[in-house]
Amino acid sequence: MRAGLLTARGGGMLALAAVIALLPLALANNYFYDVAILVGLNAIVCIGLNLLIGYAGQISLGHAGFFGLGAYGSAILTARFGWPPLAALAAATTGVALLAWLVGRPILRLRGHYLAMATLGMGVIISIVLSNEDELTGGPDGMSVPPLSLFGHALSGEKAWYWLVGALLLLAVWLSLNLIESPGGRALRALHGSETAAEVVGIDSVRQKVMVFVLSAVFAALAGGLTAHYSGFITPGRASFLHSIELVTMVVFGGMASTFGAVVGAAVLTMLPQLLAVLKDYEMVVFGAVMMLTLIFLPKGFVPTLAARFAPRERK
Amino acid sequence: MNFKRCIGRFVQFASIAAIAFAAHAAPPIKIGSFLAATGPAAFLGDPEMKTLELYVDKINAAGGVLGRKLELIAYDSGGSAEKARTFVKRLIEEDKVDAIVGGSTTGETMAVIPLIEQAKIPFISLAGAVVIVEPVKKWVFKTPATDRMACEKIFADMKSRNISKIGLISGSGGFDKSMRHQCMSVAPKYGIEIVSDETYNSKDTDMTAQLTKMRQNPQVQAVLNAGFGAAPAIVTKNFRQIGMTVPLYQSHGVASKKYIELSGGAADGVRLPAAALLVADALPNSDPQKKVVVGYKNAFESKYHQDVSTFGGHAYDGLHLVVNAMKKAHSTNKAKVRDAIESTHGWMGIDGEFNMSPTDHLGLDLSAFRMLEIKNGDWTLVK
Amino acid sequence: MSPQLLQYLLSGLTAGSIYALVALGFSIIYNSSNVINFAQGEFVMIGGMATVSLIKVGLPLPLAAALAIAATTLVGLALEKFAVERVRGESVVTLIIITIGASILLRGLASLVWDKNLHPLPAFSGDRPIAIGGATIVPQSLWVIGVTLAAVAALRWFFNSTLHGKAMLATSHNRLAAQLMGISVRRVLLVSFGLSAALGALAGILIAPITFTAWDVGVMLGLKGFAAAILGGLGSGPGAVLGGLALGLLEALSAGYVSSAYKDVIAFGIMLAVLILMPGGLVGHRSVERV
Repeated sequence: MRAGLLTARGGGMLALAAVIALLPLALANNYFYDVAILVGLNAIVCIGLNLLIGYAGQISLGHAGFFGLGAYGSAILTARFGWPPLAALAAATTGVALLAWLVGRPILRLRGHYLAMATLGMGVIISIVLSNEDELTGGPDGMSVPPLSLFGHALSGEKAWYWLVGALLLLAVWLSLNLIESPGGRALRALHGSETAAEVVGIDSVRQKVMVFVLSAVFAALAGGLTAHYSGFITPGRASFLHSIELVTMVVFGGMASTFGAVVGAAVLTMLPQLLAVLKDYEMVVFGAVMMLTLIFLPKGFVPTLAARFAPRERK
Repeated sequence: MNFKRCIGRFVQFASIAAIAFAAHAAPPIKIGSFLAATGPAAFLGDPEMKTLELYVDKINAAGGVLGRKLELIAYDSGGSAEKARTFVKRLIEEDKVDAIVGGSTTGETMAVIPLIEQAKIPFISLAGAVVIVEPVKKWVFKTPATDRMACEKIFADMKSRNISKIGLISGSGGFDKSMRHQCMSVAPKYGIEIVSDETYNSKDTDMTAQLTKMRQNPQVQAVLNAGFGAAPAIVTKNFRQIGMTVPLYQSHGVASKKYIELSGGAADGVRLPAAALLVADALPNSDPQKKVVVGYKNAFESKYHQDVSTFGGHAYDGLHLVVNAMKKAHSTNKAKVRDAIESTHGWMGIDGEFNMSPTDHLGLDLSAFRMLEIKNGDWTLVK
Repeated sequence: MSPQLLQYLLSGLTAGSIYALVALGFSIIYNSSNVINFAQGEFVMIGGMATVSLIKVGLPLPLAAALAIAATTLVGLALEKFAVERVRGESVVTLIIITIGASILLRGLASLVWDKNLHPLPAFSGDRPIAIGGATIVPQSLWVIGVTLAAVAALRWFFNSTLHGKAMLATSHNRLAAQLMGISVRRVLLVSFGLSAALGALAGILIAPITFTAWDVGVMLGLKGFAAAILGGLGSGPGAVLGGLALGLLEALSAGYVSSAYKDVIAFGIMLAVLILMPGGLVGHRSVERV
């Protein structure tokens, strides 16, 4: 990776690292840390989802299913089978990756709205199974999850989690940026431009799509597992269609095909309900209006539209 | 110095001191709450929210508690356990509340219990499942009678009608599943055997398929529908539509006029366990609950122009338990308030008479539920 | 035929007809604009809730229903004019999110304008169950099935025999050619949204006596209608109807013979299988993509 801090990429990462390092100065109490942690976890999912939607040009309306499976996988292995949390997390994430690979091959041959429906169906099936198998999962009311312990010490307290999530977020951003610039990433963007043309040049489009699908599922599952251990509780609602929609909204809002856009989208849409909580009955109306107005006036999403405004004009 | 001026100075000082003292002595007592005021459980959270607001105002109008006003800080969790968690963190850390009365659903309640225990703050839950207080958790109390009690009340009534084999139909929601689980575990105690066990998705619009299967089973002597929301009304209508004539029992989850309205005439003859609130006016004057429930019913209905519901009653009880505890302990110190709540004895609420103890953080017994039957579109007490 | 099977079929047909109406709404909009309108379920909700309000005010059912349909049509037109129109040409995902935002907005408004309770509507011609071969059906179900068939027939006539309808069909086949022939694509879009809104409202009014209406009934119905539209082949009218009926029957039969807890899993699972094996849906034709 070109290490120049002067590149947009390096500069962006530095800025993000600075924000993560300095933010605690502004976080007055554990509630604010909590929101920051949730933003970070959502951002990790969104970065992965952005690779799928923004770069590969696919769509998934069922990604909360992967999030939920990662969460429940880790929760069940630790709570019901006594596995150490790190191992459980790894196993759950691997399991989801395998599922995504198995399911991805047939599904990703579909295009557009058919793909959307297929991923939606997959997500709904996952959330129903999680809700119904109450012997294992605790049913619709959810289950308790033991805390995460690293090498024997339980990770508790918002501050410790904040640093863990912050570090993982930086890692996720780095991975994403790297992937985009790599040959694999360029193949991906070629796919997005025109699948037929890409195939003509020899890119196996289905294989590429499946790889990104699996990667984004891994991000989601990992974030799901971490969320479960952090919250100490998990419900099937995390795998629901509504949650999938929330995730896609974050990506689109922040800007598709923009890693930092995904982070911004996650931040804004995680904080918005907290800010709007004071509006009580009016929260829904305002939230819907904000979603619509932002996309009507900034159709490429927050970050890309603003970046385009401020980007220097290219010399012809 | 001039005597008059002396007095004047003194009065000036005194009034400034009094104002300063008053301003200093008047920080409000903060009661935190998180309720499902919107979303799928809104018909739980909405009356709960309204009840809390109504009675906080009433208590303040009557002088407040310990000379201080009450301030209600209530968030809408939308029925989501995740949101509930973050809001409770907000209530504890940011809003710094003195006690929490809330948690419309079991899922939300269970999700926040670790936070409650860590923060050592008294919490009264408004949700139904027995797991909330079993095993007993030091800082967690609840006001609604449990789903297990509802099962027992129903089975006792069935037994008195010589019913021993029943069909159970329930939905996919947390309430439904929990009640089904409890009913299955206490049924043998009453000599009841569940010979048919059907389920539906709580959002379904037609249960004739499941009921038809149940009707095919000749052993079924009565049907129990453990559910809440729109589905039980649909089950009731479907039940009549396919011509089933065995007794139909509903759960306390549909203890509101809305159920009767939605079922149309189909609800006549249905029995269910519910708090006395629903038949407030029909209670004899000698009934120990009459005064409390009639008072609440009139206050709620005259302010909001909507029918009173037992769910709002849970909130009434929760709020008053906390307020009474604060008065009894002469303090808002969390540990003292908790102790005072735990020693509540003989207090008559909407849900029944509360007698709490270190091993019983609910404090109600089976008399909290009355068996009601719907006749001519209205509630009647089954003697 | 066993009475049991007949009961399942009748209940499946009733639910299926509603899914069909909602799916038709999806298809019509998709045809003219390539947009999946996730607010379609909310049209169903507004139709039902508005009728309930108007009846409470004292209007007779037919008039209340007509006004409710008109009001919902206006909402649909507004959605097209102020939201969808402005972002024409943007990516599919952006459009989807905007309609999702619209559905949240409409639901929020509904919970404020009306309330968060469930409301029944009186059945059109009474509640006495009708016995058919050992099974029973409520008269309202016959209304649902009958009116759906009538609506489908009317739409068929509209699209095949009237100039406006043919213009809309033309636009869906090839927008550029239609424009070159002088068809105002903008007008076609408006009409398609209005028409879908009216269809949705009609579905909401038909089903409310059986399933009640509330501020959030649109969510599930929208989802199922979308699934039905895809199952039948997006963009095909007959496909939408077929998909809707198929979905309803699948659900009822799964609940009856397999497991009521997993009936949605079975229905969605079969839908997934159909998509994978027949990517164009049951009726959809394989499309050739021009590069």
